[in-house]
Amino acid sequence: MSKFKSKKDNSLPAVNTASLPDIVFMLLFFFMVVTVMREDELKILNRLPQADQIEKLDKKYPISYIYVGKPAKGYEKYGSEARMQLNDKLADISEVQAFINAERSALREELVPKLTVSLKVDREANMGIVGDIKKELRKASAFRINYTTAAGDAKKNLD
Amino acid sequence: MAKRSAPEVNAGSMADIAFLLLIFFLVTTTIPKDSGITRKLPPIEENDEDVIIKEKNIFTVLINDKDQLLVEDELMEIKNLRAAAVKFLDNGGDGTCSYCQGAKDPKSSDNPDKAIISLKNNRMTSYKAYITVQNELVAAYNELRNRRALEIGPKKGFSDMTFIEMEKAYDDPKFIGNKDKLKEVIEQIKIEIPQKLSEVE
Repeated sequence: MSKFKSKKDNSLPAVNTASLPDIVFMLLFFFMVVTVMREDELKILNRLPQADQIEKLDKKYPISYIYVGKPAKGYEKYGSEARMQLNDKLADISEVQAFINAERSALREELVPKLTVSLKVDREANMGIVGDIKKELRKASAFRINYTTAAGDAKKNLD
Repeated sequence: MAKRSAPEVNAGSMADIAFLLLIFFLVTTTIPKDSGITRKLPPIEENDEDVIIKEKNIFTVLINDKDQLLVEDELMEIKNLRAAAVKFLDNGGDGTCSYCQGAKDPKSSDNPDKAIISLKNNRMTSYKAYITVQNELVAAYNELRNRRALEIGPKKGFSDMTFIEMEKAYDDPKFIGNKDKLKEVIEQIKIEIPQKLSEVE
């Protein structure tokens, strides 16, 4: 009965890998979409406090970030007191005005008064440094500020 | 009979499935957005003219360096702050506030427009305590605004909407309804119950 005899050998066919690129591309796109680009590399600890009466920070308007917190691991040489970080370096309080002016110069004119300063302050920081920053922001006429927090029960902060 | 080899699986539709998944994730993934308590700092006043504000219209909240709360010079627990702030704002002492439901105590605030909450902190106050107090005070304002929204909303065609829901709906591009009218209601509530929260250094 050689007529019905298969010409192929009887081993299993190789798995089709034609769709592998598709899967890889899918993964690539997925990660591209969900990844949030961090604007600045943090040199300080930044665990935000929680609050529940919060408003979303609208990305329609320009936002500048000021980070405050204790120097992170590897940056202990800067001491154990809360420090302020502007862009990607630790800065002195006196540099706030220059920072705001630099941020403003990068904006279109009509957006300058809309600039919001997002204060990302570590929960363990003291109000002293925050008060100083607020005073400098007032001097720089940057009045719109946002105490950026995580969403959650505010009373848990004090536990 | 000869053993048949397994038929090859058709992989032509694999790409379609991959794209379907890709589009699904594209649509459902939301990039996390920053949120927080927005405040407006007061401008630096050139003139030193003292604005005279009656003592009874100021609600002082002080957080000391041990994160203890002093409200009107008395120690208070954080869980009681919201109710105390609502009571102060809602007092309506001079009777001009028709929507206030407070005690009308002549020793407390005149009306929500005149009532000012003054938040003081020490340099050593921790940020988390400060944010917790800010949060409670904003919650007090929101509580009153929500109540007012439920009162005047139905007359303007926005029934069963709290103030927070109104603001959310206003920002929602999918909201079906009259946005101009909604804005009017939001503005009216903001004028009736203004957020007068002063942060003293």
